[in-house]
Amino acid sequence: MPELSNKERMQIPRQHMPEQSPSERIRNFNEVNLGYTIELARTEAERCLRCKKPVCVEGCPVAVKIPDFIKMVAEGRFKEAADILKEDNALPAVCGRVCPQEEQCEKVCVVGKKNPPVAIGHLERFVADWERMNIGFRIPEMKPKTGKKVAIVGGGPAGLSCAKDLITMGYDVTVFEALHEIGGVLIYGIPEFRLPKEIVRAEVDYLRQLGVEFQTNYVIGLTETVDELLQRYDAVFIGVGAGLPYFLNVPGENLLGVYSANEFLTRVNLMRAFEFPRADTPIMNLQGKDVAVFGGGNTAMDAVRTALRLGAKTAMIIYRRTEAEMPARIEEIKHAKEEGVQFIFLSAPLEFLGDDEGWVRAVKVQKMQLGEPDASGRRRPVPIDGAIETIPIDAAIIAIGNGSNPIISKTTPDLKVNKWGNIIVDPETMKTSKKGVFAGGDIVTGGATVILAMGAGRKAAKAIDEYLKNSEVW
Amino acid sequence: MNRIIEARFIAPEIKLFRIEAPKIAQKRKPGQFVVVRVDELGERIPLTIADSNLDDGTITIIVQGVGKTTKQLNMLEAGDYVHDIVGPLGKPSEIENYGVAVSIGGGVGTAIAYPTAKALKEAGNYVIGIIGGRTKEFVILEDEMRQFCDELYPTTDDGSYGFHGFVTHKLQQLLEEGRKIDFVLAIGPIPMMRAVAEVTRPYGIKTVVSLNPIMVDATGMCGGCRVTVDNKTYFACVDGPEFDAHKVDFDNLIKRNRMYLEHERKALENFICRIDVMATKLEKEDARA
Repeated sequence: MPELSNKERMQIPRQHMPEQSPSERIRNFNEVNLGYTIELARTEAERCLRCKKPVCVEGCPVAVKIPDFIKMVAEGRFKEAADILKEDNALPAVCGRVCPQEEQCEKVCVVGKKNPPVAIGHLERFVADWERMNIGFRIPEMKPKTGKKVAIVGGGPAGLSCAKDLITMGYDVTVFEALHEIGGVLIYGIPEFRLPKEIVRAEVDYLRQLGVEFQTNYVIGLTETVDELLQRYDAVFIGVGAGLPYFLNVPGENLLGVYSANEFLTRVNLMRAFEFPRADTPIMNLQGKDVAVFGGGNTAMDAVRTALRLGAKTAMIIYRRTEAEMPARIEEIKHAKEEGVQFIFLSAPLEFLGDDEGWVRAVKVQKMQLGEPDASGRRRPVPIDGAIETIPIDAAIIAIGNGSNPIISKTTPDLKVNKWGNIIVDPETMKTSKKGVFAGGDIVTGGATVILAMGAGRKAAKAIDEYLKNSEVW
Repeated sequence: MNRIIEARFIAPEIKLFRIEAPKIAQKRKPGQFVVVRVDELGERIPLTIADSNLDDGTITIIVQGVGKTTKQLNMLEAGDYVHDIVGPLGKPSEIENYGVAVSIGGGVGTAIAYPTAKALKEAGNYVIGIIGGRTKEFVILEDEMRQFCDELYPTTDDGSYGFHGFVTHKLQQLLEEGRKIDFVLAIGPIPMMRAVAEVTRPYGIKTVVSLNPIMVDATGMCGGCRVTVDNKTYFACVDGPEFDAHKVDFDNLIKRNRMYLEHERKALENFICRIDVMATKLEKEDARA
């Protein structure tokens, strides 16, 4: 193909991601997005203007060299594209699927000023999938072994990206994971229809091939403390995530049929309850039931769409603000709507009502209206006097975020945490108050995104490398 | 994968396992538990650690075959493996020198009462043990308990052994005799723990129970194990499993534990059916041979 002018590039429309139709997909757990074909990918890649100062790279928390890999896609050199992608991103097949690109790289894309931005996320996903399916993972350039060892606590996005960087820098790396499977939220939280587990397993296998060791069923703080790890390892990275679900603190919350999103999603994703009784772990039977999910983030969307796939008659989001304030990705909200999810806005739960056997039967909600903007810049919902409604439900899922898990902070007294239990770090180096211990991801920031956690893991890996070259400095 | 070193029935449907888990053996304290997964599609079930052996790096768990998973576990023998074990989980028991401490175990609950009785004795308490079973054969760990109890009272519902009656009757009797009791730990079926709480409540005796709600991850991540204590919600896996018996909402616990009754029944039926098919197949093969 001859080199296109910018004008010609701007005339190419954004290529649509093929997907399963809504009526089909609500009956299965298969992935909704089907991925670009080679033709779609190459056409989309031609839309990139190859800016001299690529602002998209600055918009990426791990600074993927976006125009470079996209140029390779346009030329059909997918292997080279994969190499470029992997220099900066340990889990491209994951990020291509779950990153909020519209808030990051695609938000600042120059094409996006006039037209829809380049579909950077879709292209990232295409390249990672192409590599996995066509040539398999290849071992990147590895620095000589330093003889030093790093322990990574938590096998989620932060830990995995930190592990990948450190292993290529020549360190011995062991990842300790509390659950029986590696991946953290990628395995227990994000559903199969958005991120197939086979992809997470393949990415973890890749790290294993690079020499990363994985120890599952190992709770740091209980099975072994951070102090004990420091006797065996030269440095420790803590990336345990935000793992303590918030509840609404309203009456009736301990009725049967009321779940945290973590529990609901863990039962289905990690424990495969949708295959019960082939898998042993059950989930309540939602066939023909009315299910309410409280919250407006991606986890809420994951939960409500999972409920639909488990046969719910009505699956609704109950949110105290309006659609404009919902933190979920636009794509997730769009998919949820297409699938028939109902949205009840400006409604805050007051109380769950149950039957004699203790099952939830209804929720009482306070109707709200939007007032002045609050600290987050979003308009604060305020109650409308006397406007209370009762909505019949058979199950409730609380998806309003997570606090910090106390197991590590309680067993590591000299590790400084803030009043919410988040570990305090130097934002540049991810160093904690404890020598040799670094931290990053949701345990530092509170609930955020996969890619921000991965960015923190990368930053920490760099700082750990510097520290281990000169370990007197803290 | 963790290897089973020893497996033997100590009562009908109640099996003792010693399983290799050296890190857990080193770390565990009385009152803590492990989560076990029998096979790749297995559920995560919490089981209290009854004992540990630092020489061979094993922990002891005692399992009552009730549902599919526990029955499947009880079919394993020495040399077999369980897929996953993680621990030690939960807070250890609060062991102090209370003075006179009563350790009550109902049925398989004795497996949990035992390590705590041992710790209470080592902390200087005068320890009274009350261990109950439906009939004589369901009274477990009597010899082990006797080693650490200054007095031990086995009880049976049918009077086939020891004191005739429930563990609560024995406790009531001791209190009515005017015995000074400073601390009670009760572990067993929920109705038993609730009954113990009611016996000690008028006397104002500090009473602790170990709760057994349904768990998934058991590290605080899912909140499935929430229990109501003193009108507040706690996660039994990280805030417990031991709580003040006088403040526990037992009704809520009983109801929440019934959440998957239908599923449990179905899983067990399927499992027994599968075993029957297997057994018939084996019999046919035997006949042919």
